[in-house]
Amino acid sequence: MHGLINRSIQCFLRDTYGAAIWDHVAREARLGFDSFEPMLNYDPVLTEAVVQAASVILGRPRETLLEDLGTYLVSHQNLEPLRRLLRFGGVGFVDFLHSLEDLPERGRLALPDLDLPNLGMTEQGDGNFVISVSGLFPGIGHVIVGLLRAMADDYGALALLDHRGQSEEAEQVAVQLLDQRFAAGRRFDLAQAAV
Amino acid sequence: MAQAETFTFGIAALSRLMPLFLCLDAAGRITALGPTLAKLLPHNTLIGQKSGDLFDLKRPSRRADLAAIQAVASARLHLAFRSDPAITFRGLAMPLQGGGLMINLSFGIGVTEAVRRHGLTEADFAPTDLTVEMLYLAEAKSAVVGELRDLNLRLQGAKIAAEEQALTDTLTGLRNRRALDLALGELTRHGHTFGLMHIDLDFFKQVNDTLGHAAGDHVLRVVARILTAQTRSSDTVARVGGDEFVVILPEMSDTARLGQVARRIIENLTQPIYFEGQSCRISASIGATVSTFYPSPQADRMLSDADDALYASKRAGRGRAQFFTPPPDSLLSA
Repeated sequence: MHGLINRSIQCFLRDTYGAAIWDHVAREARLGFDSFEPMLNYDPVLTEAVVQAASVILGRPRETLLEDLGTYLVSHQNLEPLRRLLRFGGVGFVDFLHSLEDLPERGRLALPDLDLPNLGMTEQGDGNFVISVSGLFPGIGHVIVGLLRAMADDYGALALLDHRGQSEEAEQVAVQLLDQRFAAGRRFDLAQAAV
Repeated sequence: MAQAETFTFGIAALSRLMPLFLCLDAAGRITALGPTLAKLLPHNTLIGQKSGDLFDLKRPSRRADLAAIQAVASARLHLAFRSDPAITFRGLAMPLQGGGLMINLSFGIGVTEAVRRHGLTEADFAPTDLTVEMLYLAEAKSAVVGELRDLNLRLQGAKIAAEEQALTDTLTGLRNRRALDLALGELTRHGHTFGLMHIDLDFFKQVNDTLGHAAGDHVLRVVARILTAQTRSSDTVARVGGDEFVVILPEMSDTARLGQVARRIIENLTQPIYFEGQSCRISASIGATVSTFYPSPQADRMLSDADDALYASKRAGRGRAQFFTPPPDSLLSA
């Protein structure tokens, strides 16, 4: 599992619940080190151990924990670069949903050894979409639910998201778009502000 | 069905196909321009303005301007804004029926700056244009490079920390100065008896100077093997300088036995060492002391006394071992 993904989980736990909780999770998961390096690769067993340990220590179901992780990836200020990269996916939320199928390829453009979940999108009319999610780890669909909910906010769209369970090797996420221009959304300038 | 030879469509369609197009009349005056280009230029009247006042033609010829149809038609063009030279374009100009030129432009390498300064959005680019993908890649690349730079800084910090904690001399595999200090500290703190030898190679500089550093490094590794072979596994053999070594021998306070060890070391080191067919000849001078010379042995003091004895050996003609001579009163109080 790519270090970037492990590192995101670590940062989510640290930024949301504090450094002490992360240290506890790292010990409980028997990582043998105190921090993931974002540019190295790790055995997927470690990722699973971290998710399980966090769920036990925080006393929160895996599903809600993973959903919060998805939301964190888009909405936390420390991950602004990631939000920006996702926003390059499309001008509006529907455009963005269509770009999800390109996500693994976009990821690999940035980092050739980065494995992202495979996403398949089916448009069902009347603003209904079903996204099938597979790869990385069980429950990845819940991460996508949280991420899409936050992205809808970011675009100013009003959408309902729902994890529909597993079918045919993939988790199914339903998106019901009620209003694409519900709110102003967050600003996105194509070119990054000069630093 | 016959192949179409000419197309007719309005300026609105052209504006969508090529938002950065520019049309000039035969005199080089602007007759039409795409919406994205219009966004970048000052608001005052553009139609009828001379293209040469707005654009600086960088290639194919700096002396020409866009009005020189013969010079620019069909050629790959490089332009910059006169008012803002950081914003560059490249493009292709084609002659129009009835005179004048149509030029299709795209941004040059300064695209990020142009997009930032003029607040361009995806809608300002043709759907076929890969500019937005390029901006995405540029940002993804900076994020990755940033992570790699952080990783390198962390690794560098870890390397420095590891080196500081290291106890081994990387060239010879012997203990280093830090390991020596730890071992000496341990022995003196617990009042253990031990002998100490300071060894300095003779003629090593000549080997380095005449046969090169590779030969020098080889000699040092062989010396390390000899010192290890001539001492016990409980002894500490450390390389403390370029060609200086210190050996600590726990429970060895008998100067006669210590002298034997020192002579054996010198004998072995005096044998020629071969490097790539060349024979390297060195020897060694040794200064020694033992903890029982001192009422309260201290590492610094003993090292310094061994050093004095070493230089006495050197002065006496190299290839020798000498003991530090303690002043008579300290012997009495020992």
